[in-house]
Amino acid sequence: MNKDRRRFLKLLTSYFGLLAAKDGVYVRLLGGENLSQDSTADAEAYNPEDHLYAYAIDTRKCIGCGMCVKADRLENKVPPKNFRTWVERYRISEAGDVDIDSPSGGENGFPPRVSGFNVAKAFFVPKLCNHCRHTPCIQVCPVGASFHTPEGVVMVDSGWCIGCGYCVQACPYGSRFINPETHCADKCTLCYHRLVKGLQPACVQACPVGARQFGDLKRAGDPVRQLIARERVMVLQPTLLTKPNCYYLGLDQGVR
Amino acid sequence: MELSGYSYPNDFFIDWSLMIVLYPYITGFVAGAFIVSSFYHVFERNELEPVGKLSLLCSFAFLLSAGLPLLNHLGHPERALNIFLTPNFSSAMSGFGFVYTFYLIVMELELWLVYREYIVETARRSRGWKRRAFKWLSLGVYDLSPESREVDRKAIRVLAAIGIPAACILHGYVGFLFGALKSNPWWSTPLMPVIFLFSAVVSGIALLIVIYQTDRKIHGMRIDQECVASLSRWLWLFMIVTVSLEILEIITLAYEQSEAWEIIGALLTTKLSFSFISVQMILGSLVPFVLLMVVVLMNSYLHEKVRNTLAFIAAALLLIQVFAMRWNVVIGGQMFSKSFSGFRQYQPEFFEKEGILAAIVIMIAPFLLLHLLNIIFPAFSDREEAEKGAIAAPK
Repeated sequence: MNKDRRRFLKLLTSYFGLLAAKDGVYVRLLGGENLSQDSTADAEAYNPEDHLYAYAIDTRKCIGCGMCVKADRLENKVPPKNFRTWVERYRISEAGDVDIDSPSGGENGFPPRVSGFNVAKAFFVPKLCNHCRHTPCIQVCPVGASFHTPEGVVMVDSGWCIGCGYCVQACPYGSRFINPETHCADKCTLCYHRLVKGLQPACVQACPVGARQFGDLKRAGDPVRQLIARERVMVLQPTLLTKPNCYYLGLDQGVR
Repeated sequence: MELSGYSYPNDFFIDWSLMIVLYPYITGFVAGAFIVSSFYHVFERNELEPVGKLSLLCSFAFLLSAGLPLLNHLGHPERALNIFLTPNFSSAMSGFGFVYTFYLIVMELELWLVYREYIVETARRSRGWKRRAFKWLSLGVYDLSPESREVDRKAIRVLAAIGIPAACILHGYVGFLFGALKSNPWWSTPLMPVIFLFSAVVSGIALLIVIYQTDRKIHGMRIDQECVASLSRWLWLFMIVTVSLEILEIITLAYEQSEAWEIIGALLTTKLSFSFISVQMILGSLVPFVLLMVVVLMNSYLHEKVRNTLAFIAAALLLIQVFAMRWNVVIGGQMFSKSFSGFRQYQPEFFEKEGILAAIVIMIAPFLLLHLLNIIFPAFSDREEAEKGAIAAPK
């Protein structure tokens, strides 16, 4: 990493650190989960073993504004043509025809589009790495550069990755890509650098309607933990048995 | 449910390029040519004696080149040795380094034993640097007594026998790399390693027919008909098995009307209609099948030239067939998005890093190596004798 980039990142993290102080108010207003109430205290006593993160997406709340994709690109310097997270728009006819699109990953919202049929139902589905427990991407990495953190986050060591692209092929969700700048496999890290400071992932924080929620399964009374335990949740492509840590509410059979 | 043509946004780029098509193509020659050499050394098919040494040299030359397309493809080729330093054994790919190294050792030992007699005699006959080089190659062993040659023969047999499962592992594992990915229905089948292995043998035999005939033509030597007929018979058998397996896999998918067929059926009839149906199945399989059938069933009625020509054309077409198969598997499997509804295009450019020029250079490398190896270790002993005879004749 060159000096300028390092300085930029420092700036970026301090900027988000400042935001974090005001976080409590915003997040509570929006009805989302607030992990950052006592961010400074968390940062000092952070122990990976104490956490098991989970992500919950309520597709019924998503409005397709694309703020999450924007926030992710800004926070993680995602290359222009790639996506660590994106939003899909589904339109389904009564007969079951499905029309899916995701212009620029939904980053700039969704322009009007005419489907070739009468739309019976329509909704948005935000997507990101599912941080699977039985993930094929870690299984196939020949050099062990992909790994699970104790908190259940799937990460890539870009200092060790050889850029063979096998993990990109193995991920059934299209969550990984080869970063054209680093030539390494790249993917969503759940903003791990923020988590260790007690902050939420950038996309969760940016979501204006609380469609994206982030929680800790090891914390008693955690809203996401309760939601997964009590609501009827689904995961993407459950037949592949990858055991995602990303749960969906209101998923439809037409969702790929 | 109709296909909407939606691809995941990260699926706009085909990452496993022409280089990853070349990699199984090249390793296929390694395994295939080695198995031919084992027909001779282990199963004592003596009619294959004319290509006995050639097959070993071929296999070795391609083995030395097998890493080139991979190194050109890696995002970080300078980290390639990480695969030895921290192999992740749950990954099929991590075995590559070990299988490759083991195979390299077996092949070097076998080559040395096969050429030991030649090395010792050359060291004795020559002068100057050549003498020194061959003395060094002989590793100080000059014993050519009948007993020691018998030991050599047995050792070659054992090594060639070890080489057969090693070749199967080397290429079976390449098939496994694709066959064991549940994310991709076009790859994910237990038949994949088997198909790869059999098509490797097809490509190996076909390559030997082409190189053997070309070399003989260039040097105006007689083409051994027993050898060509035998290679054609083996080629016919292995191509029938390979093509049957390839068709079987698709028929099963189509008959099951599985979820995967929705996208694969569309793939085969649209994006792959030319490279799969026209090239792989008709030009590359049906035509050589008929040509080889003539060579095999009408063998005793055929004139030498007809047999040579038919076998040569069939072999050349099968080389194209195997390339098309690699292309259809590797590129075909990436032409649809993992959303299983959208397609993407792949057209390698001529000058790009992993483009056509790089592919041509990489494909020339093993032939160049083979040529060099052939200068140091002649594949055909009769040619040398003939040349000596020609020099000796005027006296």
